[in-house]
Amino acid sequence: MMNKLSAMLALTTAMALATGALAQDGEPIKIGVLHSLSGTMAISETTLKDTVLMMVERQNAKGGLLGRPLEAVVVDPASDWPLFAEKARELLTVSEVDAIFGCWTSVSRKSVLPVIEELNGLLFYPVQYEGEESSRNVIYTGAAPNQQAIPAVDYMAEELGVEKWALLGTDYVYPRTTNNILDAYLKDKGVAEGDIFVNYTPFGHSDWSKIVADVVALGADGKKVGVVSTINGDANVGFYKELAAAGVSADDIPVMAFSVGEEELAGLDTANLVGHLAAWNYFQTAESDANTAFIEEWKTFIGDEDRVTNDPMEATVIGFNAWVAAVEKAGTTDVDPVLDAIVGVTVPNLTGGTAMVLPNHHLTKPVLIGEIREDGQFDIVSQTEPVPGDAWTDFLPESAKLEADWPGKDCGMFNTQTNACVQVQSNY
Amino acid sequence: MTEKLTRQPFILRNPSILVVLAVLAVFTVAVTLLSQAYGSGTVPTSTVKVLGKTLCLALAAVAMDLVWGYLGILSLGQMAFFALGGYLIGQWLMYARTEGIVAASLAQNPIPPTTAELQEGVANQIFGVVGSSDLPLVWSFAHSLPIQLLLVLAVPGLLALVFGWLAFRSRVNGVYLSILTQAMTLALALWLFQNDSGFRGNNGLSGLQNIPGLDAVDQATLSVWFLWASALALGLAYVLAAWLVSGKFGSVVRAIRDDETRVRFLGYPVEGFKLVVFTLAAMITAVAGALYYPQAGIINPAELMPIASIYLAVWVAIGGRGRLYGAIIGAVFVSLLSSWFTGGRAPGIHLPGYTVNWVDWWQVALGLGFVLVTLFAPKGIAGVVDRIGPLRAPSPERHAKEAKA
Amino acid sequence: MIRSLLALALTLLLAMPASANPALQAVVAENLDQIEKPSRRTVEPLVAQIAATGPEGLALLSAWADRSLGVTDDGRLLIVDGDAATDAVTGQPVPGADPKMLRPNSGVRGIIESALVAGEISSPDPARRAAALASIARDGTAEHLAALRAAPAEADPALAAQRDRVTALLAIRFDPNPAARVAAIEAMSGDVGLDFRAALNPLLATTRVAAPTEPQANIARELTVGQADFPREAAIALLTSQGVLQPRLTPADQRNALAANIVDGSVGGVPVAELSDPAARDRAYEALEASGAVPPAATEAEAEAALAAHRFFEIYAEPDSDVTDAARAAQTGAQVRLAAMTGIDLGLDALSLASIYFLAAIGLAVTFGVMRVINMAHGEFIMMGAYTGYVVQTLVANRTLSLVLALPLAFAVTFGAGVLLYRLVIRHLAHRPLETLLATFGVSIALQQLAKNIFGTQARPLTAPAWLEGAITINDVISISSIRVAIFVLALLFLGLFLFIMKRTRLGLEVRAVTQNPGMAASMGINPDRIAMMTFGLGSGIAGIAGVAIGLFAQVTSELGQHYIVQSFMTVVVGGVGNIWGTLAGAALIGGLSKVIEALNPANTLAAQTFMILFIIIFIQFRPRGIIPQRGRAAEA
Repeated sequence: MMNKLSAMLALTTAMALATGALAQDGEPIKIGVLHSLSGTMAISETTLKDTVLMMVERQNAKGGLLGRPLEAVVVDPASDWPLFAEKARELLTVSEVDAIFGCWTSVSRKSVLPVIEELNGLLFYPVQYEGEESSRNVIYTGAAPNQQAIPAVDYMAEELGVEKWALLGTDYVYPRTTNNILDAYLKDKGVAEGDIFVNYTPFGHSDWSKIVADVVALGADGKKVGVVSTINGDANVGFYKELAAAGVSADDIPVMAFSVGEEELAGLDTANLVGHLAAWNYFQTAESDANTAFIEEWKTFIGDEDRVTNDPMEATVIGFNAWVAAVEKAGTTDVDPVLDAIVGVTVPNLTGGTAMVLPNHHLTKPVLIGEIREDGQFDIVSQTEPVPGDAWTDFLPESAKLEADWPGKDCGMFNTQTNACVQVQSNY
Repeated sequence: MTEKLTRQPFILRNPSILVVLAVLAVFTVAVTLLSQAYGSGTVPTSTVKVLGKTLCLALAAVAMDLVWGYLGILSLGQMAFFALGGYLIGQWLMYARTEGIVAASLAQNPIPPTTAELQEGVANQIFGVVGSSDLPLVWSFAHSLPIQLLLVLAVPGLLALVFGWLAFRSRVNGVYLSILTQAMTLALALWLFQNDSGFRGNNGLSGLQNIPGLDAVDQATLSVWFLWASALALGLAYVLAAWLVSGKFGSVVRAIRDDETRVRFLGYPVEGFKLVVFTLAAMITAVAGALYYPQAGIINPAELMPIASIYLAVWVAIGGRGRLYGAIIGAVFVSLLSSWFTGGRAPGIHLPGYTVNWVDWWQVALGLGFVLVTLFAPKGIAGVVDRIGPLRAPSPERHAKEAKA
Repeated sequence: MIRSLLALALTLLLAMPASANPALQAVVAENLDQIEKPSRRTVEPLVAQIAATGPEGLALLSAWADRSLGVTDDGRLLIVDGDAATDAVTGQPVPGADPKMLRPNSGVRGIIESALVAGEISSPDPARRAAALASIARDGTAEHLAALRAAPAEADPALAAQRDRVTALLAIRFDPNPAARVAAIEAMSGDVGLDFRAALNPLLATTRVAAPTEPQANIARELTVGQADFPREAAIALLTSQGVLQPRLTPADQRNALAANIVDGSVGGVPVAELSDPAARDRAYEALEASGAVPPAATEAEAEAALAAHRFFEIYAEPDSDVTDAARAAQTGAQVRLAAMTGIDLGLDALSLASIYFLAAIGLAVTFGVMRVINMAHGEFIMMGAYTGYVVQTLVANRTLSLVLALPLAFAVTFGAGVLLYRLVIRHLAHRPLETLLATFGVSIALQQLAKNIFGTQARPLTAPAWLEGAITINDVISISSIRVAIFVLALLFLGLFLFIMKRTRLGLEVRAVTQNPGMAASMGINPDRIAMMTFGLGSGIAGIAGVAIGLFAQVTSELGQHYIVQSFMTVVVGGVGNIWGTLAGAALIGGLSKVIEALNPANTLAAQTFMILFIIIFIQFRPRGIIPQRGRAAEA
């Protein structure tokens, strides 16, 4: 309740961070940063706030944008979902920002969506998510399921020979939808119903003995077992500890995690996790000049040599650069021209390729599979060519017929069978 | 009610009621005149929403005060009713809005849709996000606003009735009862967290600020309407609660708080009295929730985790329990203060070598402040009001010495 | 193992004069692409080719699997060891090279290992033989079977037993002679090992077919339409999937067909506006069928006829019926034992959970029992204990020593915090239990936020010493992690300690006296205030130790206490106040119940928790004073 109310009064919440601007003319261009700085999500989201601030600083050092300096308006929605909507309204109406970088969890995005669409804002959402959405006012710079989950499962089936699947997840929308998609996909590929084991646990679950025993017992029919983990946050610690205690190594039962990255591993003793996998669009160990420079700049900005970089940070960087490119192309920061300009914009990513903003407001991204090393970093064992993000998955019958095409059909939910726009607004 | 004939009308016996109503009216009119929709626009829409929500919280606090301050049951599950009210109204809001969208979309087809197709479309829109496309049984009445409104009162009321009957019948009281109410809200929260329960799990119900049928009305206007509705509900509930606790009924209720066994020996059906107050409070709380969540826009199970109900108790304690206006003061004061401190606007305190950042330290200060209030000002803020003003609330002190429990 | 292979290969290399290996060179030159980007599916022939080129090939393979193989820009393969690098083909040292390291995935590494392993079975080093056996057990092939049988007798008895087991398991799968397979199955019958079941189950895998007559195959059983596991819909689906039956018309197909045949605002004579009624749609479709505009859909009669014309069978993939009979017999034999062992394993899990709840609740029970005070900050004391463990571990590197230090230190820290809380808050709120509850809640949120400010919101590692890692494994079904056993022992210790203090010491006597009648106790010269303080400290101290224990198997966060506090309350309330045995019974009931519900509903752990709490709410209705209620006058206090 207190979190809900934290920062409830909406008068002048904006803790405007004066950015070190050069001597530029004109009113500053304001961008909103809507990441939780307190509460349970703070640990993940604070990093992204810092990333945006770093990008703003870098842009101002380059002379700003359209000859005007950038100014970041940082607010704290405190990991409280209704507060995200409130803060978004405040950013758009009181602070009058031109773009918002923010949100982490799906529920926070769903909370913000109606406000952004009502007030015609522009949100850059930097986290891998469950798909099934394409809003006119949101650019999804994280991975859609076909850019993370499906290639990861392909990798496990082909390279690790996994035949029996344990889909373990925390009980919320991202694991639910991802597992639904994977379930349909695996069945498409001929995996039998009985070879897919699904389990959901609460947030912060700690008693894993029974579930690990269940997973081990799956091996009883002689098929190679693999775990696809959408377990969120802290709960991973107990899960990996129990796996290690049960003597399960990555060679016996590999675990492919979608929510475990460099930042999460920083709080773990990784000796027992060596060889387990994660799928992302970026790893800190990616070998490219852009990445080396970025890591260097990040460590300097944050003033800590031990800080790691991760996938959502890359997504934030790409989103920021794409926005800057679109604003320069449009010659204005107004949302409508920028939205028209941003489709087709290409910006370099940090793994050595380029990311293009697609008409469905998703990006093209390469899929990387990493094996966990002892030092908490990843050995990249597989990297694909950039894959275009798919807003509506092809593996669920209701979604397969939908597509999103913003400038073209001006619709995020276009039914290709009936050739009609199902709805212009998003589902909340 | 022969009492009324022989004595002054109860409102006149309780000037505090008039004061509260007057303050509420002045506040509502002032906000309206400063709002973007009906006035100068000095107060932005987001602030109007915050104020409207705060009134709903105050309403829930009044109900909490009935249960705790007057009946002596420290219910740590009160927010379960609040959230239930929100969920039940949210069902209609989501269903009706989605139905409109789906109907419009299906109307583009050459063939008009069947009822089954329409329902399937709605279900797919609402539950597609959590990977399901069937409308669960609990959504059977979601299409009808009158039924859902009825359920807003009926479901929490029934839950309180059944829970209360079971608990009071077996004479569970005191700390045990508090723990049990906490268990109730936790069980409900965990149940709602499951996707299989049919309430969209962790995602909850969202987009509630868009009222079906009122698409043409902008949020600035809607927010003022909801402020009026919240103020009205608070005013009515306050009068109802004050009336309830001022008469003979109220005396018995307070007597139960002070010594349940004696009241029972005097021949009063103690369980009946407790049930009436507990159920009524649950229904008032549910109304508060039903008004709150359309303003908040989203409801999810985190809203009814035990911690939320404990905060409600904290507000009432700080405001001063056993005084209805104390509950309002507590809810408004603490919630607005909290938001001011955690909103990043409160200036940090610069100590040599360390800056006290209120976003980080407010919780610590609140926790310790709360301990201090409990220790040194058991009557809360309202205790101060008692001293400075001639206002005589329907105070328990007239009837009993320090509350035992 | 890979390291040892590498060492072996290097020794071999050094022993020989450095000379080029032309065969290897050719293979490498030809397949450089594949070596750089190998795939499990295609790499096997290449690995065999490289292995066939001799010791240099084997050395290259083991370096490759060990991720110490690099490729230079000009396409040479280097084996990298620290700063030094040697050319994999020529064996020449290459100074100052900067190769791009190859990172084959674990699937590829498994194949390389498995190629290297055959020769290792007869290695003189027992460790290498054991490693080779383990690798074969994980991923054995028919060649491995031959190699195992051809290998010389095993001297080490443990290894010999293991080898016999692996050989038997491989025989079940790969022996060309069915009689040998049956013999191997029968010899192992009754075994509940995961590996044995893993060998049996593929033999018993079946597929369902529909056929007019009995097919020539190893038939498991004939299915009757309508039996419990083969409803009519399944039969129709099977027939449809075999192409015997046309699929039934789906509503979507019907709608599309109708939409495609709109003529002048009506379909088959039915006006479009009426088509929102399913019955009208059927009429329209029938009219279209009659006019031949749409193909007729499968009718009920056709389905009926197809069902009547077919028989349904389950067929084993394994053609030999002797083998499947033996496998089925062995499986049935193991089933009862397996069920019993699963039950025992569940029991162990429940016991472990119960002991954790007991540890977490015992402190609460003490304070609640003696003072009727609910300490909402109890969870935060657990958290403080866990963080104490974390801090000690960052200061003391030796994990055993740090654990030995952390336990008493956690006790001391939380004992102190408890005493402080008592002196500053609780004693001033005597006989106002609800106020105490709220005041301690204030302390609880303050402590939680304080922990966040000090340690951050991210989980902190608290790692068990090596001797507590791993599990105690009876067989493949029954096993429990050592850390949980340790927690169980700790819970027992505290039960004993607590009983000792209460029954055998002066303090215990005084505590019991104060619990029963504080006034009388005071008049006998006992200082109730001091006793209450000591009890409160004791209860808090135990919470601290529980925190260290919980942190060892779960995650240390500022919300750690919150996860356990409600369960602890339940334990105390269900068990009954003021009695350690009650707490024990409560913990056992809640722990056991959680696990049983979890086992009944494996897909959803949340549901299990909900049902558990509901059960407790109902339980309290019938035993409002808990399992072991307090008796006598103290109960009325």
